[in-house]
Amino acid sequence: MAAHRNRREFLKAAATGGCAALLPAPLRAQGAAPRVVVVGGGFAGASVARALRRADPRIAVTLVEASSTFTACPFSNGVIAGLRDIGAQQFGYDRIAADGVTLAFSAATAIDAAARTVTLAAGPRLDYDRLVLAPGIDIRWGALPGYDEAAAEIMPHAWKAGEQTLLLRRQLESMDDGGTVVISAPENPFRCPPGPYERASLIAHYLKTRKPRSKLIVLDAKDVFSKQRLFLNAWKDLYPGLLEWVSLSNGGKVTSVEPAAKTFVTDFGRHQAHVGNVIPPQKAGRIADIAGVADRSGWCPIDPVSFESKLVPNIHVIGDAAIAGAIPKSAFAANSQAKVCATALAHLLRGEAPPAPKLINTCYSLVAPDYAISVAGVYHPANGQIADVAGAGGVSALEAPAATRALEASFADAWFHTISSEVFG
Amino acid sequence: MRLIFALTLVAAAFGPAVAQNAEAPAGAAACTGCHPAKAGVDSPVPRLAGRNAADIVAAMQAFRSGGRPATVMDRIAKGFTDDETTAIAEWYAAQRQ
Repeated sequence: MAAHRNRREFLKAAATGGCAALLPAPLRAQGAAPRVVVVGGGFAGASVARALRRADPRIAVTLVEASSTFTACPFSNGVIAGLRDIGAQQFGYDRIAADGVTLAFSAATAIDAAARTVTLAAGPRLDYDRLVLAPGIDIRWGALPGYDEAAAEIMPHAWKAGEQTLLLRRQLESMDDGGTVVISAPENPFRCPPGPYERASLIAHYLKTRKPRSKLIVLDAKDVFSKQRLFLNAWKDLYPGLLEWVSLSNGGKVTSVEPAAKTFVTDFGRHQAHVGNVIPPQKAGRIADIAGVADRSGWCPIDPVSFESKLVPNIHVIGDAAIAGAIPKSAFAANSQAKVCATALAHLLRGEAPPAPKLINTCYSLVAPDYAISVAGVYHPANGQIADVAGAGGVSALEAPAATRALEASFADAWFHTISSEVFG
Repeated sequence: MRLIFALTLVAAAFGPAVAQNAEAPAGAAACTGCHPAKAGVDSPVPRLAGRNAADIVAAMQAFRSGGRPATVMDRIAKGFTDDETTAIAEWYAAQRQ
């Protein structure tokens, strides 16, 4: 009884299904409200929680998230470059609670897939009929020799928005004119494929306008990257002599870092930085490992229709953590996947087969404040994977007037406003 | 003249209106990543809810053919068949403005 009382106190916002949720699954009455627990309150998790409530208001949805404030990654490169405040990246969960989603501000520490329970760091265990994991990414500490949590305080990754974003910004602000900034970009896959290059662009813009004698070097573990020709052309026009991209073939792959001296080591040499930004190798957020839904790659294989894990039944994985075939790891894609997953869950919880989905991704990258480029794609399930719809998608035109780039910059801004309004507003 | 004829044909092709609470057809939910779902969100990208279905279909066809200039919608429109586009357009037309 004590446990039940705790639970009742903990799940304050529980409106529907609260009592049913207290009973172990076999004892629940026929027709009881189905329970979905969502772990992770980013673009994917917050979107699926709200979409589930809209898809079927009888579904009792609990959103588990460690932080009561979300800090968005898209546009956080603008914060690093001094173009916007971190406050513009931050959102709360009040509107999500107002949709009837129960919020549990705690870390999920264990998942029992057989008993269908989620254990929290603080609060009672949660029972679920279906679980959605939207944990985003974790840094693969140790994958790059020399790069651990302590090193990230000296050479920030800033690949999870928040304190790391502000640390990198402060480092740039305190660097003298004439300094060297080095960014290292990892192999695929990682969160936000064009992100390192947008970051390089906006840092170059900051240096050009504020510290023009400085230099920016991008050390890349790849020869090919997202929107490559568009970025390279723009850099030639906007940041000649300031921004140097070193490809894998030209010795760009960083094999270790030495944080004490802010040094990046490659097979071809050493690069000492005044400001060093390591964008490290990544994997699905830790709870994916704990739940057993991540494979040896560190990411989570899923069914292309329902986003149900291929490894553990009744657990769905959406957003950056999922292996979503042709879909890149972006906030737009996370939101798009969340809505598909919610529809699939509503069907599955009624005992019906989920419908075949169609998804879209659109990603804007700012090369300068008034110059943006985009990549778009349309996707559908094919041969057990999520594949590109042939003939659709692609990147912005290689040749375009400044007005078109400026228009895309305004659409980029509008996109962030629109999607954050849908997800958190 | 040809455009008007095409629009008439498109309009004639629409069946009975979709119920407002019907489940969104494949692809429809993704549109609100850019086209605001809610009223009152300030954006140069138009809302789709409550718009005339034939207008949405005509716009998608024009984006697909290149007849209407676009930054990104030309690339997205090519990913949807006529039937899919019609289903999405009818669903949005049935949503509250």
